[in-house]
Amino acid sequence: MREMNGFDEERIGRLLRLLPPAPEGWVRAAQELPAARAALDELVARAERDAEFRLQLQADLERAVAAAGYDPSPFIVSRLRQLLEAV
Amino acid sequence: MPVEQTDAQLVSRCRAGEADAWNEFVERFSRYVYAICGRGFRLAQQDAEDVFQEVFARAYERLHELRSDDAVRPWLAQLTRRLCIDRLRLVARDAPSDSELDERDVDDVLATLDEAMTVRAALDKVGDPCREILDRFFCRDESYRMIGDLLDIPAGTIASRISRCLDKVRAELDGRSQGSRPS
Repeated sequence: MREMNGFDEERIGRLLRLLPPAPEGWVRAAQELPAARAALDELVARAERDAEFRLQLQADLERAVAAAGYDPSPFIVSRLRQLLEAV
Repeated sequence: MPVEQTDAQLVSRCRAGEADAWNEFVERFSRYVYAICGRGFRLAQQDAEDVFQEVFARAYERLHELRSDDAVRPWLAQLTRRLCIDRLRLVARDAPSDSELDERDVDDVLATLDEAMTVRAALDKVGDPCREILDRFFCRDESYRMIGDLLDIPAGTIASRISRCLDKVRAELDGRSQGSRPS
């Protein structure tokens, strides 16, 4: 790590400029991850006990997730895809 | 004014499953991850968004693997770096380019962003109204007039307020580096 002493006002301002806020939508989506994780767990549990649902997921993952009443967010879709490929 | 908690305290609350902790975690580190994707690796917006979401998804899933709660910032930086490199390789495979990533340049940018996060933490410690004024001026690039209108303060006083607030942040940083802040 660099030496942290010797901050002057100009340097503080310059460093603050390097950290603009991330787009609001990105932040919100990341904050919703716990809910998405819970939804993912429910979908996985259903896929494990319901062969028909598993087939629907394999045929059209996003549509099957939406039809089951969940938001097919990138997180849910990517994780389900990984799980299906691993089976 | 709420007492600003350390990174370690925030991570500990996330592990304990406290309802608001994850929101605060994302809020605290979103700028850092965003800046690494953009300034460090110059990812296109869509690629940066994908990496940004994947970083927080993995952080959420693997927070329990963190050896020291204090080390969350370098851990996130490393995670973001790996995912950015993976993304750049994917992009290069689909659309080869002559420009190569110089990892030394990235190291420099990441070190500077680490400093910026230290300054940001000091600003959080100083709190509002300084946090809001400096954030609007430096991070959101708003004019004196816009800040004055939004915060209902005379635009002619913004420059002096910024100067005083920078002074407070510097004092906070000096206290931190000396490690002898009065309780």
